[in-house]
Amino acid sequence: MAAVLSVSSLHKRYGATAALSGVTLEVGEAELVGLLGPNGAGKSTLTGTVTVCGAPAGSDTARRSIGYLAELFRFPGWCTADEVLVLHQRLAGSSGGDAERRELLELVGLGREARRRVDTMSKGMQQRLGIAQALIGSPKLLLLDEPTSALDPAGRRTVRELLEELRRRGTSVLLNTHLLSEVEHVCDRVLILDRGAIVAAGAPAELTRARGVQVELASGTRVFDGAAREDVPRIVSDLVAAGEQVYSVQLLRSTLEERYLEVVA
Amino acid sequence: MILVARHALRESLRRRIFAVVIALSIAFGALYAFGAHELFKDVSGFSDDSSGLDPKTLAGATILGLAMFGSLFLGAVLAVFLTAGAVRGDAESGTLQPLIVRPLSRRRYLAGRLLAASLVSAGYVAFAYLGAVLITGLIGDWWPSNVLGSLIRLSGAAVVISALALLGSVFLTATANGIAVLMVYGAGLLAGLLGEIGDAIPSHSLQRIADVASWTLPFEELYRDALRELVGSAHGVTGAIIKLGPLGGSHDAGPLLLPWAIAYVVLAVLLAGWAFMRRDV
Repeated sequence: MAAVLSVSSLHKRYGATAALSGVTLEVGEAELVGLLGPNGAGKSTLTGTVTVCGAPAGSDTARRSIGYLAELFRFPGWCTADEVLVLHQRLAGSSGGDAERRELLELVGLGREARRRVDTMSKGMQQRLGIAQALIGSPKLLLLDEPTSALDPAGRRTVRELLEELRRRGTSVLLNTHLLSEVEHVCDRVLILDRGAIVAAGAPAELTRARGVQVELASGTRVFDGAAREDVPRIVSDLVAAGEQVYSVQLLRSTLEERYLEVVA
Repeated sequence: MILVARHALRESLRRRIFAVVIALSIAFGALYAFGAHELFKDVSGFSDDSSGLDPKTLAGATILGLAMFGSLFLGAVLAVFLTAGAVRGDAESGTLQPLIVRPLSRRRYLAGRLLAASLVSAGYVAFAYLGAVLITGLIGDWWPSNVLGSLIRLSGAAVVISALALLGSVFLTATANGIAVLMVYGAGLLAGLLGEIGDAIPSHSLQRIADVASWTLPFEELYRDALRELVGSAHGVTGAIIKLGPLGGSHDAGPLLLPWAIAYVVLAVLLAGWAFMRRDV
């Protein structure tokens, strides 16, 4: 898979504090990568640096291929949703015109709000407008810093569906979030950042590990702690040999949350 | 750059800044017209031909000098409000982040903000000054000797203040920067008044302090030079009285002032750009 974003040994210091200590990561084409970590881990510094919010600034060509939604952002209250997108189309050099703006507003569920002023929008609506703004010019890579922080459950689901749609379209996404369930649902890969360094990386299923096997029997449910998938035939055969009736077998895995707490503790 | 400037100008329009400024300027103009009318009426009996005093020139130059002071002050306030939060203020509010990740260099962003602030503040100063010239001429039948020279210098002073506020915005929060620039503006005016006193006494020390301060803060030197352009043709007793007053134009800045003011603005923007490039937002 070709890398859309490649970061190698990235260091960043704020005075004596190391915000990033040799971070190396890649985001592949149409790949959705989740970035997890506690407050102060360096997630926003990483996305900010990648998107040239951190100095020095990158090239115009690089900037045109990146869409970014900052954790802290605000659009001028006097602008309408459509005007915000027009401004960003001009800045990004996008030739999408009306059609692109309409499509993006539809995509984020603001199709009927094009003429609505930003200062009359809820925080959630502004956040969705922010995502639409980040998608101006069809960027190859989208960096989203806490895109669902102000959204209600329905809004979060809209963003999840949007992320899946972007993956179908071939857009790569680096998603910085605190919501582990979000990452577990939509991300192909997860990076856990702690104190400026990546402490765990892999697909959500790889980061979790076998915790045991749960078997439903006529006499009740039994859990075989520490057992793995390879142990299932033996467990079932032993139980049948012992006269038990087996109704279902389930592999137990630790959750992403458990793994996360383990590595950042 | 033009896009950023246009966006900032549209913000001024949509936030009704222009509407408020125009409404207050009309009130200012009306008050000024009333003051000018009363002044010209009062000074008409000041002198006979033998004294050599020209009461019309005395009244016109004095009140127009006052109008120039007022115009520049209001222009400075506009410049400060439009640029004080251009970098750190906008970064703290989150307005800056979506813009600077676009293919827009930070220097061009700053230049765009300066262009918008300069157009508004210098435009306002020019509008207010020309309005005052017109009112003075129509009411008192007195016209300054070099309208264009004064206009260029006064508007230039507003541009210099905009550049200073823009530079400060890279380092200071919007409130701190606004306070700092207005205090610097006040300090410059104070230095100018010291210079006028120094010319009147005369005191070389005061003149030197005023010169150093005015060239360090060239908006003040431009203002003083604009006053000189205003009354350049007033000679004799009338010229002496005007030039000795607080709104007098006794100080000749020389031919280097305008090139220095232009260089100063360019240096301020370059310095702001250099610092902005090194700043995380």
